[in-house]
Order: sequence, then structure tokens, then C-alpha cells
Amino acid sequence: MAIRRDEVERIAELSRLRLSPEQLDTMAGQLSSVLEFVAALNRLDLSASEPGTFASSEGALRSDVVNGRRLGAEIATREAPESEDGFFLVPPIVENLNP
Amino acid sequence: MTASELWRHSARALTGRVRSGSTGVNDAVESGWEGPAASWEAEVHAIVHADRAAREKACAGSRSGALAGVPVVVKDNLCTTEYPTTCASRILGRWTSPYDATVVARLREAGAIVTGKGNMDEFAMGSSTEFSAFGPTRNPYDLTRVPGGSSGGPAAAVAYGLAPLGLGSDTGGSVRQPAAFCGVFGLKPTYGRLSRYGLVAFGSSLDQVGVFARHAGDAALAYEILAGPDPFDATTRPGPAPDVSGWDRGVRGLRFGWPANLWKEGVEREVIAGLEDAASWLERAGAVRVPFDFLPGEYAVATYYLVATAEASSNLARFDGVRYGFRHADTPEVAELYRRTRSEGFGPEVQRRILLGTYALSAGYYDAYYLKAQRARTRIRQEYEDAFRRCDFMLLPVSPTLPFRLGEKTDDPLAMYLSDIFTIGANLAGIPGLTCPVGLAASGLPRAVQLLGPYDSEPVLLRAGRAIEVGGEEARLDREHEQEFAWPAKR
Repeated sequence: MAIRRDEVERIAELSRLRLSPEQLDTMAGQLSSVLEFVAALNRLDLSASEPGTFASSEGALRSDVVNGRRLGAEIATREAPESEDGFFLVPPIVENLNP
Repeated sequence: MTASELWRHSARALTGRVRSGSTGVNDAVESGWEGPAASWEAEVHAIVHADRAAREKACAGSRSGALAGVPVVVKDNLCTTEYPTTCASRILGRWTSPYDATVVARLREAGAIVTGKGNMDEFAMGSSTEFSAFGPTRNPYDLTRVPGGSSGGPAAAVAYGLAPLGLGSDTGGSVRQPAAFCGVFGLKPTYGRLSRYGLVAFGSSLDQVGVFARHAGDAALAYEILAGPDPFDATTRPGPAPDVSGWDRGVRGLRFGWPANLWKEGVEREVIAGLEDAASWLERAGAVRVPFDFLPGEYAVATYYLVATAEASSNLARFDGVRYGFRHADTPEVAELYRRTRSEGFGPEVQRRILLGTYALSAGYYDAYYLKAQRARTRIRQEYEDAFRRCDFMLLPVSPTLPFRLGEKTDDPLAMYLSDIFTIGANLAGIPGLTCPVGLAASGLPRAVQLLGPYDSEPVLLRAGRAIEVGGEEARLDREHEQEFAWPAKR
């Protein structure tokens, strides 16, 4: 199954990626060939197979108790591109119309 | 062996010397840098972050423990406090973790020294270590060829002698395939057996930390130290890890599966010759061959590239220019900050996989792709369960080819994905796998085989790996080329 250029563009927006026109063309071609290959799964009879998520079903549960080990805000923001007083800094999200 | 040749030792021998006091920790660690790295590293480019002062500081604290004084190369997607952790991606800049991954912490508690961070395909997405923001790693057995991937850096460094042990991660073969291409052992344990706390996530239902070693016994030693539950990783398997201390016990009476239908076509002659040699060594050691047919690998590849990319598209959403490393310089508002940072910070293969995964999960396609892949995953798991009712472990290729040339597959994603055809099934099923070197081909390139077993079969895989190692040593003795390891030679 081929994937169209405008679909790649829509998926890129969902993925928060910006592709140039040339990249959109290249990706559409490459993703189409991968999707064609993936269609091989249609040849398998999967009617008896339930969807499996994790490789193993033996998950471990723990009691919901705080263990006391935590990163402080200063340490957690230390390696951020921009931070101040233990907060991450980002550009404005909401414009102030009445300053 | 002279003091300057300490790097030739196995981890067991090296730590024995350090613990007895006959070798200093610093000498044990620096030998790999002064000897082999001085002649290899500039061309091979296995290491992306290293710092002599950090090593010396770590050496000062190491004297005792099961790995006292042993240098270890750690893949750049495992968190370390003394070096940046960048997943060979531009988007992480020089981000340095505030904590150690649990596997790194366990190495340190055992006295090991992180000697450097190994190169990799960006975010572990690739099979050749060519998709690294730092540039490719080359294969020490032939510098025009790839070391495999995605953990190509640690594999190449262990092969040329920088360290006797390395840590990688294996989501679809990223430990086993570079181990094969570089002629070393590569152990991918059972899903959940080694903690992934501090491993940067790629495909969470598939990721597992793995070990590189030049000797089967060293792989067993590292596994003993690393395996076991971790309160910081809820996906670790509960209870004590299986006992691998019998790794040198032999294979008498073990049954190994021989799914020869898998290599009827599309597999290089030298790879098949390696399988036949390994099988004959196992038989000579008392194991029994059980031929049967197995589900072709195309289905596993198709399943994997839907499951892994879907999980990756979700896991990599956290890299947005806010919390880690790199941020685009010109970001007028926050949505644009995300787009510009991610488009510039991620390389082409990572962007390709994020797009594919987002597509497979998106409205209208979920049932056709992601849900179908999850059903196929169950089917593949059952196929392995059936196989392991007939045998204790399976013998199969690691890769259909010997190491390929740089640039050969970088523009053809599907061709690159198909080089994982024999390794991917183990991740989908969660079972352990071991790559064992089987000497060199006539071309001088390493040959290898893969052993796969049921959950928690690491003890059996290591016994079989050791039997193949012994078989190889005997074969070399027959040809009067005795040496402790098939070191790469400068050409």
C-alpha cells in the first residue's frame, strides 16, 4: 500500500517534524516500500492469535509507596537548554492581548 | 604477556591480577588505550565520549569486587554520570545524566571502570552504526566495512582490545548482530532480566541491555553481576536470575534445533559454512541435532517495524527542546520550538521511524497495521514455544551476510531492515539469544552463529557458546595457528 505525499505531511505534523518538499517526496517513497513489505502479514492466518503487547506477561507490581528517592528540581533542570530557579523555560504559549 | 599487553587478557584473568595486587587498576584500564586504541581508534572510531581524568578518578575507588579493575565500554544510550549520554544524536547535545543506569551502577559496585561511551546508530535505530551524529564506526577486521549496529562502537572496541567487556542494548538484534560482525560474543538476555533503568527507551516492549565479551566465560561473569530484579524498573523479572556458573560444563545430551529452511536462500555461503562448523563442534561435544522447519523471518521483520516504530514514536516525543540538550536557536513560540528542534536534532533514520510509527498508530490505520502486528507477535511467540518443546536451544544465522560495506544500505531502509531478519524474532518473543564467533572466513571477516533458547535459558546458551568456543580453539590448533583470540590485523 502506497502512502501519499499529503499523508506524510499530515503524519509529520502529528509527529512535530517539519520536512522540506524534497524530504516529503523521499519519505513518501521510502515509507511506501516499507508498508508494501509489511503487507506480508496479510499472508499469515492470525485469526487464532490474540494481540500480544509485552513479551512476557509476568509483570511485577509494587505497593504505591513513595520511596524517598527523588531528583530535586535544580538537578532535574540543570541540563535543560534554558531553565531558571528549577523551572524549564519555554517561549510564550499564550499571547497577552491586554498588556 | 608483558605489562603493556594487559589488554589481551580476559576480564576474569585481568580482575584476578588486580585483586591479587600484581597489576594496578590504572594499568589495567590504560593498557587498552595505550596499546590497541593508539593504533586503532582514530580509524575505527568506536568511542564517542572518554576522559582520562574521569577514568583515573574511578580507578582510585576500585580495588575489590568481581570485576575489580576491568574496563568496560558502555553504549552511549546508557546513563553515566561522568560522561555525556547522547544516543549519538544531535538532539541531546552534551546532555549528562544526573544518575547512573542500574547496569552501570552494578558494574561500578563490582569494581569495573567505564572506560568510554561507545558509538551507535542514533537512538539505536540502525544495523550498521552509520546513522550516528558523530560519524560511523568502522569494522576493525576490514575498515571499508561496517561493524554492524546499532551497538557497533562497543562491539568494535571489545574486538580490537580497548576493553574485554562492553554493554549494549538489543531491541531487534543491536547486540547480537554487531557482535557477529566484529567476531565477539554478544548476549541478549531474556526480556526483563537486566534492568533498563537509565537506558534511553526505544521500543519498550522489546529493549534489553546486552553484553559483549571476547570469551564465553566473561559473558557469564558479566551476566552474573548484572542480572536480577531492580526496584527502579517494574519490567524486570522477579526472583533470582538463573545460575550461569556452569557455563563450562559442556553440552552432552543437549538437543539443538536446526531450522535449515531458514537458510535455503538469501544467506551467504560463508554464513552457512559457519553454521555447519558450529553444529559439528556441538555434536562432537555430545549435543544432538534436531532438524525442523521454522516460520520465515520476513514475518518477524514486518511485525517488528510496526511495533518498534510505534513505540519509538511515543518514546521519542520527550525530545522536544525543553528538557534535554539541544534547542533550535530561533523559536518564536512553543509549537515551533518543538518542530524546529526535532527536525534539526533528529537524523533521517530516526525521523523515518517516528513517521512510520505515528502512521501505524494513527486513526484509520491502527487496526490494519498496529493491531495486526500485535496478533502476529503472539503467533511468532507461539512458534518459538513450539520449537522449544523439541529442543533445548536453536542454532541459526545472526545475519544473512558477513559484514557489508559502508554506504551499501544507507539509502535503502528496507534492505537495512532485512539484515535483522534472524535477530528480530527473539525480541518479539522476549527470549534470550547469544552470538558466538566461529573463526574467520577466507576473506578474513568474522563468522558467527546465533543461539536462541526459551525464557531463562541463559545457562544453556552460555554452555553451548562455550562448547563452540572450545570447538573453534581446537580447529585453530588443528591448523597450527594457536592464539587466544582471533585479533584483527592491520591491513
